[in-house]
Amino acid sequence: MGVRLELETLVARSVGALSRAARRGGGTTLPGKLLWKLDPGAVDALAARLPLGVALVSATNGKTTTTAMAARILGGERRLAWNQAGANLLSGIASALVSARKAELGLLEVDEGALFEAAARMRPRVVALSNLFRDQLDRYGELELVAERWRRAVDGLPDSTVLVVNADDPVVSSLADERAHALRFGLDDPRHARPELQHAADSKYCIRCGTPYEYAAAYVGHLGDYRCPACEHARPPLDVAARSIELHGLVASRFRLEAPAGAVDIELALPGLYNVYNATAAASLAMALGASLSDVRAGLEAFSGAFGRFERIPTGGKTVVVLLIKNPAGANEVLRTLETGVPPVLVLALNDAIADGQDVSWIWDVDFEPLLEHVGRVVASGDRAAEIGLRLVYGGLPRDQLEVEPSLERALDRGLELVDAGTELVVLPTYTAMLALREILSARGLVRPYWEGERP
Amino acid sequence: MRITVGHLYPGYLNIYADRGNMAVLSMRAAVRGHELDVRSVGIGDPLDPDTFDLLYVGGGQDREQALVAPDLVGKAEAIQLAHSSGVALLAVCGGYQLLGRGYRGRDGSFMPGVGLFLHETVAGTTRMIGDVLLECELEPGLTRQLAGFENHAGRTLLDPGEAPLGRVLFGFGNDGESGFEGCRRGRALGTYLHGPLLPRNPWLADWLLAQALAHASGGEPLPLEPLPDELEAEAFRVSAERARKRGGRR
Repeated sequence: MGVRLELETLVARSVGALSRAARRGGGTTLPGKLLWKLDPGAVDALAARLPLGVALVSATNGKTTTTAMAARILGGERRLAWNQAGANLLSGIASALVSARKAELGLLEVDEGALFEAAARMRPRVVALSNLFRDQLDRYGELELVAERWRRAVDGLPDSTVLVVNADDPVVSSLADERAHALRFGLDDPRHARPELQHAADSKYCIRCGTPYEYAAAYVGHLGDYRCPACEHARPPLDVAARSIELHGLVASRFRLEAPAGAVDIELALPGLYNVYNATAAASLAMALGASLSDVRAGLEAFSGAFGRFERIPTGGKTVVVLLIKNPAGANEVLRTLETGVPPVLVLALNDAIADGQDVSWIWDVDFEPLLEHVGRVVASGDRAAEIGLRLVYGGLPRDQLEVEPSLERALDRGLELVDAGTELVVLPTYTAMLALREILSARGLVRPYWEGERP
Repeated sequence: MRITVGHLYPGYLNIYADRGNMAVLSMRAAVRGHELDVRSVGIGDPLDPDTFDLLYVGGGQDREQALVAPDLVGKAEAIQLAHSSGVALLAVCGGYQLLGRGYRGRDGSFMPGVGLFLHETVAGTTRMIGDVLLECELEPGLTRQLAGFENHAGRTLLDPGEAPLGRVLFGFGNDGESGFEGCRRGRALGTYLHGPLLPRNPWLADWLLAQALAHASGGEPLPLEPLPDELEAEAFRVSAERARKRGGRR
């Protein structure tokens, strides 16, 4: 096995380098795809060689950001095998394992559908599970199917594995009910609760008896402080909690992180309650791996955004702010950060490739309405530009404030033309639209290609 | 004129754009000087067959569907009465299945439905997922197309003689074999085409409004004044193109 693995690793690495040299994208999954084809067991063997073991992160929303935050916290003192660009199927994981030389700790984001196999192969030390929302039903199937796969994945974990779960998500939280080692995190600041459950709220009926939950506070979608009035099933006590949360529009947020080891105030350079969730998840995961509170604080405060999820890109006196949208719950939270200090101009780019979800119906479950009351002009773009345009018009945007421009490049330029110097253009792309947008910006020398890593 | 709509179980059956369909009906009614009064009918709420001009039953995930099914069956008589008095109805996806005689699970279990549509749904092993393009003939001699997206494991089998909503040009349709999609019984329509069905197929929204107006006024359905619908036409064009290219692939 030893020699064979070395040989396969060498071949796979060369393919990655060739792919980058040939400018055929980042080569982030090609070496892994090859290795995965050659020998799926190589993933098990490569993972087993990591002296500090493997930690896995999965969720419908926030897994890339959570993993990147944990990498910031943990990466100072440990060499990581980390799938930074979000290639989160087994082949992407194989790539991360192959290309990280002398790595000590595997820190891996895993697609919801791949968790079972990833966990079975790598026997992780820690698994962090953050949330389950309706997402690309054409691709993943119904939420309950994904939950069932997660249950099987958790059932197969070694007893020693620490399960980090979001206590605010009833389905996810219940996965830890039978675990010997679990860390439950959540938010605890009812000032930030939504007045009512959102349209797209998913797990709003008691997982034990089907009665609608009562929420002392609902923070993001169905995530919150729930209790079933009939059978008393309720959010468990939090081991790690974010309290005293302050949100500063599109710019920043701060909160007090309370953990078994003590409490610390965190200043986050990211907007939105959903990033407070991501930070709390990353902190819990890092602490489960032995990080101190001061490591957690330093790592989170140094973090400036994960690939394509939230980026600020200066261009000729104006700034392009890119916020990825990919499903109702995630998009709702992104839109919520725009509600204060509302941007006068917005570019919305909807694609329908497999990675975006071929079914674009989900845009109708997004709460665009509050934003549309304040917004100036909107440029609808992407392969399904007319579709997103229709959504906005039926959401209350006057037709004369809408421009439809399927070409992303022209939409971007039109957006930049419409904003004043010194201000920001907010672009909300779906996944492949985000990739295309980055390619345009990269061709203009404004961002570095993603395989060259985070911007300094 | 006021059109009263009964939206069944919006808290449970709300996946993908059911509220979008409602917004389209509201706006298109308003532009023509009519008012759409949408009332939600939930679990345990009475359904008065004389109150409504249009009933709407959306789609949900299996869990939500199972939660509402017994209550909906309790409303079967009221729905039948409403239908026979000329109330229009649109049922989408899960709602479409529930309005048939029932759903047979893979374990042989049978979940009874309303029985308005003469069909039965049988659980399948693979999901039929993708873009769809249909050709419909709701009025004799007038064919029109519907573009949408389907995602269902159930195979719905129409009884012989029961009319489909349309003929499948691209996509799977009711069962992936018959070449038919949906069901049509007078002013009641059922379909697997979920999501923004009415936004990109405005003629269907207008057809439903015309039927509902006919019920409200006690007269015959009259054509509604046409609207520009350029954006709608473009959304339809792209959606139809997707169905031609990738509909009905496993």
